[in-house]
Amino acid sequence: MTLALSGKEVGTGLEEKFPGSIVESSQDSILVKSEFLLPVATYLKDTPELDFNYLASVTAVDYYDYFEVVYHLTSLPHNHSLVLKTRCYGRDNPSLPSVVSLWRGADYQEREVYDLMGISFTGHPNLKRIFLWEGFEGHPLRRDYL
Amino acid sequence: MAIRTEPFVINMGPQHPSTHGVFRMRVTLDGEVVIDLEPVFGYLHRGIEKLVEGRTYTQIIPITDRLDYAASMSNNLAYVLAVEKLAGIPVPERAEYLRVIMAELQRIASHLLGVGSFLNDCGAFFTPFMYMWREREKIVDLFDMVCGQRLTYNYMRIGGVSHDVPDEFLVALDKFVKSMPHFIDEYDQLLAENEILLVRSKSVGILPKELAINSSASGPVLRGSG
Amino acid sequence: MEVDITKVPGYSSEELDKTEGEIIESLKRNSQQIIPDPDEWLVEELRGNILLTTVDAFLNWARRSSLWTLMAFPACCAMEFMSTAAPRFDISRFGMEVIRPSPRQADLMITAGTLTWKMAPQIRRLYDQMAEPKWVIAMGACAISGGTFAESYSVVPGYNHIIPVDVYVPGCPPRPEALLTGIRMLQEKIAKASIVSK
Repeated sequence: MTLALSGKEVGTGLEEKFPGSIVESSQDSILVKSEFLLPVATYLKDTPELDFNYLASVTAVDYYDYFEVVYHLTSLPHNHSLVLKTRCYGRDNPSLPSVVSLWRGADYQEREVYDLMGISFTGHPNLKRIFLWEGFEGHPLRRDYL
Repeated sequence: MAIRTEPFVINMGPQHPSTHGVFRMRVTLDGEVVIDLEPVFGYLHRGIEKLVEGRTYTQIIPITDRLDYAASMSNNLAYVLAVEKLAGIPVPERAEYLRVIMAELQRIASHLLGVGSFLNDCGAFFTPFMYMWREREKIVDLFDMVCGQRLTYNYMRIGGVSHDVPDEFLVALDKFVKSMPHFIDEYDQLLAENEILLVRSKSVGILPKELAINSSASGPVLRGSG
Repeated sequence: MEVDITKVPGYSSEELDKTEGEIIESLKRNSQQIIPDPDEWLVEELRGNILLTTVDAFLNWARRSSLWTLMAFPACCAMEFMSTAAPRFDISRFGMEVIRPSPRQADLMITAGTLTWKMAPQIRRLYDQMAEPKWVIAMGACAISGGTFAESYSVVPGYNHIIPVDVYVPGCPPRPEALLTGIRMLQEKIAKASIVSK
């Protein structure tokens, strides 16, 4: 079975490398600030002991005050996994850096998050709606869409 | 002297003999070689994530059936396992055995369908499809005996399964399991050395391993790339 | 191969997406009413004085005994349709084993699956491309009224918003026997058709 890494251990390692980046690290997941998302993700991918080369999924959750984007990372050589979260505040035009340069599989998944939640990803090569048609008004999976 | 060709874009639309389900591709062709492809999805986006927001956990189980309709038991199982892990609900042992039996039978049925459709696209118009459907009907009959439905089973529940199996089921299952290897040998004999199939599928469209991992491929696609 | 992998000149996928989006939005605005079912043949039964000439009888027999289905199967009911076509519940005994991908060669559309607004213009186009006489069987709960997904933001509540439907077959998915009953009903309808009325 794939071992789920504890957020606390990886979190302390990350805090030394990127001071101020970790907001909260619990048993299940690590929460980083959105400015540090790309450096932390690069570090997680490139370090040989961690080596998270497989992005399993990118999803987003809508809490009323903020959106939380969740990345599920897996390392195929070491057979362990980690959950990485980040938040973006503000409902009008939330945006995050895109991780497409690290994992190509994030391409369609970020398009899905953009389509259904409205979070745009800077640096994405082709950010347009994927499930719904152009001209659809609104973003359906938000809490205030009825 | 080479013939000068210009690339052009052609639309393989949502309705096409080999797009199972609705999947649209805008293909950039140069002569007969595909150089670029833009897939367009969303023709069967039913808004399920939004629909389930107003339902209880058990009411969502029939909806998960319809996500991948070729393998409904597996979808039910995935959802029910996730809820049980979140809530910490234990499952009785007999239910776990039943779940495994149903999931494996469903896997065989789904692969029969998948291979049959793949061979359909490779050129054998519907013959292997009909052969494989014969076995699939046997499996679907087994499921019919257990839960009354042929396609969208709604059999798994949070904390177990919905019904116990009747006695005829175990007898029929035994008979099916004994007869299945003979059919697999039959398919192997018909297909494994088939020259047309080998030419059309071996070494066509190779996905290198690094690209497959980087692109978050999963399941048979990832296994096929090594 | 000496090919420049830049985009084909004059083609832009964003513009194509926008045009298609506008088509979908306008279809959605115009399709809020149900298209009435072509059910005059039921009324004629009450009147009871249908005169069929030999030519009519022959043509109707030929039409109903060799319906060619269009291959356009969005979702799960397609599995049950394939079961109906499979050796166990053979539709070949009704003359229907030919399933044509091209709408020009088909005369029956069995709508097996949920219809979304994104797919709706394509279904309308397919229906328009079929040659007369043509019939539609709405198969499954999603085709009749949207089914489980009726309240969703992207699902058309029933095919009869887009195309006129002749026979409704309920079920989710309908058993192959139910679909065969629906096909029998359609054959009865065709048997009562008259060449003059079309």
